[in-house]
Amino acid sequence: MIVSMTLELKDIPGQLVLALSPISELHGNIMSVVHQHEEKTPRGTIPVQVTFEIDQGVLNELTERLENSGVRVARVGEERLRSSVSVVLIGHIIHSDIGDTIERIDSTGFAEVVDLSISMPAIDKTSSAYLVINAVGEYELKKAVEILRDVADIKDLLMIEPIKLNSGAA
Amino acid sequence: MKTVRLSIIGFGAVGQGVARSILSKQEYLNKQGINLCVVGIADSGGCEVNTQGIDLKNAIARKKQTGTVAAGSEGVLDLINGTDHDIVVEATPTSIKDGEPGLGNMLAAFESGKHVVTSNKGPLALRFSDLKEAAEDNGVLFRYEATVGGAVPIFNLIHEALAGNTVIGIEGILNGTCNYILTRMAEERMPYELVLKEAQELGIAEADPTYDVEGIDSACKLVIIANSVFGDNATYHDVDVTGITKITPEALELANENNYLIKLICEATDGKLTVAPRLVPKRHPLAVGGTLNVASIQTDLAGRITISGKGAGSVETASSILSDIVFIARNS
Repeated sequence: MIVSMTLELKDIPGQLVLALSPISELHGNIMSVVHQHEEKTPRGTIPVQVTFEIDQGVLNELTERLENSGVRVARVGEERLRSSVSVVLIGHIIHSDIGDTIERIDSTGFAEVVDLSISMPAIDKTSSAYLVINAVGEYELKKAVEILRDVADIKDLLMIEPIKLNSGAA
Repeated sequence: MKTVRLSIIGFGAVGQGVARSILSKQEYLNKQGINLCVVGIADSGGCEVNTQGIDLKNAIARKKQTGTVAAGSEGVLDLINGTDHDIVVEATPTSIKDGEPGLGNMLAAFESGKHVVTSNKGPLALRFSDLKEAAEDNGVLFRYEATVGGAVPIFNLIHEALAGNTVIGIEGILNGTCNYILTRMAEERMPYELVLKEAQELGIAEADPTYDVEGIDSACKLVIIANSVFGDNATYHDVDVTGITKITPEALELANENNYLIKLICEATDGKLTVAPRLVPKRHPLAVGGTLNVASIQTDLAGRITISGKGAGSVETASSILSDIVFIARNS
């Protein structure tokens, strides 16, 4: 799971290492550290936001180790749905049960359809839909897209995915 | 001055474009120390052969009047095998079924020790490795810049300008007809059938548009890229192809509202060859409109390099052929 923690450090040298080493020791993968040196808390401590990927089972152990070394854990939250992809579907979207199509993604637990627009020009014409899928990570997002690809295939929908290489705008 | 003798096999839009470019670039070529001498021209009606050099203006005029350049009894293979020259410019129409007549012409050229410059995709999409091997076995050069992207120098860029780089992947729009149709559908909110008709009236789409709109043409070009750049030994049948016939104006509009365009994209990444409609962010370098072609090449050293330009047209295609001819003149 991906965890976002707000830690409070004493304003003396060496505190950041003290805060980050238990995460590494418990095989956490640190993704970002935001150190706000100029924003002291009323307690005179310095808040640090750390985001990392870690096994859920060691989270309590981590909090304990941090507190023991004098680092205050002010907030622990799970970072969900960090990765996002847009796709377009064309075909008989409604008649092939759009509810089921969405449910196939939502039921994974790691991905959700978070945006959906449908355009239906006429009863006998094919519909078009724009979907945004969010997932907890890149790997899960890829899985979710694969599931949708299979569903689209079975329901005879044309699925238009984003370009692969360097999808980010220039 | 180095005299380079060549034949032009196939005298339609491309073949005539080559003849016109040679005529208009005489002075430029002479400055390069190259004298191009066309000793034979062939079309479906027959051949004209003149070892002293054919009057190209005359040949173009005769083709216009009579529909053929034929001026003797020689067949195409007589011209290729029996007439002394250096380069065979193969510009016959593409066949994706058997690659003929281009395939036979190219193999005959190699076997008789002649370099080949071609714009004909079919033979390369079906038998790339055989052709390359035949060229190597006979110690001659095989150049095919005009087969992909018209005037856009994709192979020159990768093999010459980007030499030393490893190409990680390539994405591109390699069919001007599809790009025109999708661009117009998005701009005018018109359905596919209407825009196709418009494209046919403008001569951008053919009477039977299947080859373009079903992605077959794009797939052939992708195969040539995969073989040339990645040494894939792929054929047309290895490509996962989806065309543009199912795209609706509503889909384009929904994409547009979310800052995307829909384009028919050729992809060669992770060892997979795919031609399919894709969402392209509006400000992405691949987001070119009209009949333009574009290729974005991801490399390890140079990063991403993107080039775009005209993917079809008589003179535009001749530009790539002429550049290949000059390359051979300089390097043989």
